[in-house]
Amino acid sequence: MSKKIRVATTSLAGCFGCHMSFLDIDERIVELLEHVEFNRSPITDIKQCGPCDIGLIEGGLCNADNVHVLREFRENCNIIIAVGACAINGGVPAMRNNFTVKECLEEAYLNGIGVENPMIPNDVELPLLLSKVHPIHEVVHVDYYLPGCPPPADAFMKVLTDLLEGKEPSLPKEILHYD
Amino acid sequence: MSNSTNNSITIDGREIPFEEGQTIMDAARAADIYIPHLCHRPGLKPHGSCKLCTVDVNGRAASSCTLPAANGQEIANNTPELKEVRKNITQMLFVEGNHFCPSCEKTGDCTLQAVAYHLDMLDGHFPQFYPKRKVDASHKSIFLDRDRCILCELCVRASREVDGKDVFAITGRGMDAHLIVNSESGKLGDSDISTDDLAAQICPVGAIMIKEHGYEVPIGRRTFDLHSIAEPGLEPVILRKGKHADE
Repeated sequence: MSKKIRVATTSLAGCFGCHMSFLDIDERIVELLEHVEFNRSPITDIKQCGPCDIGLIEGGLCNADNVHVLREFRENCNIIIAVGACAINGGVPAMRNNFTVKECLEEAYLNGIGVENPMIPNDVELPLLLSKVHPIHEVVHVDYYLPGCPPPADAFMKVLTDLLEGKEPSLPKEILHYD
Repeated sequence: MSNSTNNSITIDGREIPFEEGQTIMDAARAADIYIPHLCHRPGLKPHGSCKLCTVDVNGRAASSCTLPAANGQEIANNTPELKEVRKNITQMLFVEGNHFCPSCEKTGDCTLQAVAYHLDMLDGHFPQFYPKRKVDASHKSIFLDRDRCILCELCVRASREVDGKDVFAITGRGMDAHLIVNSESGKLGDSDISTDDLAAQICPVGAIMIKEHGYEVPIGRRTFDLHSIAEPGLEPVILRKGKHADE
């Protein structure tokens, strides 16, 4: 039996919607698992990314931990795929770029409706927010992009199938959308 | 010059006729040849700002919306090289603004987005600019989201040339160029624009929007779910937004 392709996945400033859309491949995941094994991913219990063939990254970069995880993936994955609108251009979370981090934190933790014990969380355990949300290609090299919010399940299948077959991934127009 | 009844140009090897005074874009449209464009709309003065309609004319790049057709021109339009150039231009437009399609009410009906699909654009390639420009919601039924504006000036020209008003203008230089409203306060609410005006309807992106009409058309039935941008004669369909013939 040929060696399985190793795939790692992560959600940075994502909503997990891209992962859900990936799982929308439904029973096709059974056949996919014949060819693929999952390394670090929200659907496995592996804490650190090991050497992998493909890393699927959902979400943009909104805090220091996102940057750390993204670099870990880039160091370990031969191919990095930016999955979904957030990883590609920051997405809807990047609408906070119209405000300062201070304004956002004050609105959420001090002045928001229903806030009790107003205080901006400051424990060192918590990753600091970046001043702006960024797409992942502004921090690491990205090999391929899979647009959509989220990309359709068929788009995940198409790109993974192409890569498994050793082809350049391509998306037919029917499954190319940004929304 | 040659007999005007026999005027012809060649686009991607196909010979097509043109009439005196037509641009390359006019002649191509009359022959149902699609040249990607954003700032051009038949009936309004050509603008030449988006540069998407760049073609090779006798080996030199030119904007087909402004260059007059001339007998014997050899024009390349649908080539991999031009597609790449046009894709880069479209990527520049995307990163210059805040084009978060997932939350935009124009998604599926947006010409910029449809052109990007046509060009197989998968990403913005360039670093994002993340501009912070003012939203103007002062008008009771129209709002202005300048972060989505691509400065095509279709609204400026529609207001001046068709509506007989002068509601919009572009001001500022270089990266500061932005859309303004010609009212004393600078607010759309203090202008004489109305929802029936072409200027209120013509925006190819989500910059000038009619209030309270977002998300009315189900996904699968929006303009560019049903049509490819490359289809000839789409302008009336695009302007009908939300009121498709089959609904």
